[in-house]
Amino acid sequence: MTLSIRTLAFATALTAVGMAHAHNAWLLPSTTVLSKPDTISVDAAVSNDLFVANHAAMRLDNLLITAPDGSTVKPESEAKLKHRSVFDVDVSTVGTYRIAVVNAGGFASWKDKATGQQKRARGTPESLAKEIPADAQEVTVTQSVGRIETFVTVGKPSAPKPIGQGLEMVSTGGAFTDLAKGEKATFALHIDGQPAKDLEVTVTAGNTQYRDQLAETKIKTDDKGQFSVTWPTAGMYWIDASTKDNKTTMPQAKERRLSYAATVEVMP
Amino acid sequence: MQVRYSLAIPALAALFGVPAVAAGLGASIEVPRLNVSEYHRPYVAAWIERADNSVAATAAVWYDVRTRTNNPEGEGTKWLKDLRQWWRRTGRELQVPIDGVTSATKPAGTHAVSLPDAAAAKLAPGAYKFVVEAAREVGGREVVSVPFQWPPTKAEQQRASGSTELGEIRLELKP
Repeated sequence: MTLSIRTLAFATALTAVGMAHAHNAWLLPSTTVLSKPDTISVDAAVSNDLFVANHAAMRLDNLLITAPDGSTVKPESEAKLKHRSVFDVDVSTVGTYRIAVVNAGGFASWKDKATGQQKRARGTPESLAKEIPADAQEVTVTQSVGRIETFVTVGKPSAPKPIGQGLEMVSTGGAFTDLAKGEKATFALHIDGQPAKDLEVTVTAGNTQYRDQLAETKIKTDDKGQFSVTWPTAGMYWIDASTKDNKTTMPQAKERRLSYAATVEVMP
Repeated sequence: MQVRYSLAIPALAALFGVPAVAAGLGASIEVPRLNVSEYHRPYVAAWIERADNSVAATAAVWYDVRTRTNNPEGEGTKWLKDLRQWWRRTGRELQVPIDGVTSATKPAGTHAVSLPDAAAAKLAPGAYKFVVEAAREVGGREVVSVPFQWPPTKAEQQRASGSTELGEIRLELKP
């Protein structure tokens, strides 16, 4: 939990607002189930309260919308407001759309040789290579791969094709947009296409501002990377997981931090 | 020793002009130690409420007193409204910081809260509640109240305990 939100805050929070604290990064679609083609709106923000935009707008540089047929859809009316970003998605074909903000990069910390000052930077392998001086001491570079996503379906749901990279939630047969109160849903978490075993998943209902306790549910994935949730109430839910390993693809990095967050809607 | 003390107290009282018989009100608030992955010290407000829920006095407000200049998260006052009951009852009408009332957030442990004698002296006889509210970033919120009668007829201690965000709340009454 700490890890994921930290990472996401690193990757997505406005630098002006700061990144000292951990926050949840989330997408909030206006609708997740449509009977016919339409346009939906999505809010994207980073905040503690789900889903209250009271901290920082999410950067949409890495927004990727995938149609049911695998083609890429361009967002419309994109705007970054003070506390949230917004965009429209024209959902025109039958099936399930994947709306994702994928952050890949790294962060580095080192001690400046001359001043002994602790320095930090984040960015791509290339930009980090440029920023870290050659004589820097105690250099640690950590790769971060984060995915924040949600799903929207027109008509009958389809199964979005797994990405096969980083940490992601994949269907075990059921749809991401066919969830109902009192029903059990089973999903799997994969890392680089392989089941993520024994990984803690946090499921939190939205509207946290209207209750005294956060009431998050923590579940561990099984040997197949699967976890099940029986939805206690209808509403928007935030599913979050994070882990780290050493399978870095960045030359300087020794550690890779993986995070995943999805927003799903549960119907009454 | 015994003799010295009994002499010293009235002497001190005389020196500061505090009548030795003044009715007093003291309290302590326990901030529980929580085993959570991400911990932030809670915002806490403590106040005295009349039977009609109006506020007689705010005893303490602990919040992130840093300002935008030295706090990457911005003004800590932004989240005062998350002490929701206190905010409705009186918080929104107050201007923080308040000398002797507001202070920085406190770590886990038991912290004393003193009510100035002047505030206690202003309480009209009647039924009151000492209310403590805590709200924690990425955590929960809890309100605990301790009822009491003013003025007290004998020295007594009232207690109540929170279950999530607050530990034991103790109220000391001195006639």
